[in-house]
Amino acid sequence: MRILETESLTKNFGGLAAVSEVDFHIDAGEIVGLIGPNGAGKTTLFNLISGSLSPSSGKTQFNEHDITGKRPYKICKLGIARTFQLVQLFGHLTVRENVQLGSLFGMFGHSKWSEADEKSSELLEFVGLLDSENALAKDMTIANQKRLEVARALATRPELLLLDEVMAGLNPTEVSEAIELVRRIRDKGITIFMIEHVMKAIMGISDRIIVLHYGLKIAEGTPAEIAAHEKVIEIYLGT
Amino acid sequence: MDNIKATHKKQCLLAGLCLIIVILSTTPIFIQPYMVIFLTSIFLYMVLTMSWAIFSGPTRYISLASAAFFGTGIYVSAILGEALPLIAVVFAGGVISFLLAFIIGILTLRLRGMYFIIFTFVSSELIRNFILFYENSYTGTIGRWVVSVDSTTVYYFMLVIFLMTLGAAYAITRTRFGLALRSIGEAEEASDHIGINVVMMKVLAFAISAFFMGASGAIMATRWTYIDPLIAFNPLYSFMPVLMAIFGGVEHIHGHMVGAIIFSVLEEVLITEFPYHYMLLFGIILIAAIVFLPQGLVGKWSKGGLKETP
Repeated sequence: MRILETESLTKNFGGLAAVSEVDFHIDAGEIVGLIGPNGAGKTTLFNLISGSLSPSSGKTQFNEHDITGKRPYKICKLGIARTFQLVQLFGHLTVRENVQLGSLFGMFGHSKWSEADEKSSELLEFVGLLDSENALAKDMTIANQKRLEVARALATRPELLLLDEVMAGLNPTEVSEAIELVRRIRDKGITIFMIEHVMKAIMGISDRIIVLHYGLKIAEGTPAEIAAHEKVIEIYLGT
Repeated sequence: MDNIKATHKKQCLLAGLCLIIVILSTTPIFIQPYMVIFLTSIFLYMVLTMSWAIFSGPTRYISLASAAFFGTGIYVSAILGEALPLIAVVFAGGVISFLLAFIIGILTLRLRGMYFIIFTFVSSELIRNFILFYENSYTGTIGRWVVSVDSTTVYYFMLVIFLMTLGAAYAITRTRFGLALRSIGEAEEASDHIGINVVMMKVLAFAISAFFMGASGAIMATRWTYIDPLIAFNPLYSFMPVLMAIFGGVEHIHGHMVGAIIFSVLEEVLITEFPYHYMLLFGIILIAAIVFLPQGLVGKWSKGGLKETP
């Protein structure tokens, strides 16, 4: 079943086409990777889906909803959550409050604090941060901040989770833990669309990979197909 | 055990609050009229500071439009003063300021940082000049007379507005609305992406803070009897709340109150003792406060306040 589908999605910044005529779809329950060199338009594509940016042309369909150009909070309430390339936490709020906000305002918007609280505890345990729930978010290590951002996104109860480089800046142990976490999120029935530069990670867990280059989708397929794709090799290794 | 302690603390706090209210509401019987007026102006400063901080504290959007809402309240009082009973006038002052803030908020709250600060300041000036223009061209006057009310009544009105502002400010910090406002101050983009309607939240907080400013303007106008746009929309009322909040400590409600109390006492002392150099001394004290107490007076006293200072 298709959960997300775009139709010739395009974003121009002045004369530059950051994302150009991109068509792709994501099926429910998949882990889809999005790769490409720096400046390929990956984050721009995420911003278009999550509503940070409005597309210049094209269409985005999420389940039965047309979400093209909708405001981020509305898209969130329909069931898409995201994390940011540069972590954007509520630094002077506690770890627990960060997650609580997600469940208070997310997709269903818990009306009761007690429910939001229960959900927060559950998610903090899920990402392994229950011990530091009373610490301020800004005092956490970068690896834990990234986990917290994932927990906050999950608290909104998304069907689709967009992860923007959750593994960047992590050491090898932390990367393995993050891979494990992504798998566990998928096992909860949440579809994942992730940007990643850590090749080992993205090749290992993706069901399907999409490659962007200068705003164009140049390849799509299983990790094995992508690894053997002539044009992809050319981009990454040069000719 | 903790629970019992917490309830006990709550009861003590509640009892203390009741005692303070009783003392404050019987005070005018025992003190001289001069002190009643002085206490009223302390309440006014506290209301302005706390209501300013309802919006600007958590969201970190520095608003310089307080004078616009305070002045609107004053004009409402001047226009409706004869037609309606006092309580209705004060309420109308609050509601009209609320609506005005709602409109200004929708127009300006898409701006951030410096642009927002300047726009709010200019919107206050715009309203002042519009009224000046209107009065000149249509009513043919500059100022207006306001129905005078005795100082004890004004005191009680200010006391009630003060308690309402305190209640609202405290209640908001305890609700999800307050938490959402803080998240906006921390990382607005992220708030938007977890389902918070950030524009609505900001506009609502802005309008709530304007309600109390407008209500206090409507009651204070009756003390002045004569008003004109320059008096009503004095830019000083936009700057004072910011300064008082910084002086006392932006983070806590009691910081706003302490800041406002010290400010009004300082102003009173300096004006009477050094009538010619009062502004100069005031400025020096303020600069010293910002340099040496960046967290505000309360921030310095409370635990951990010093550690946070770099």
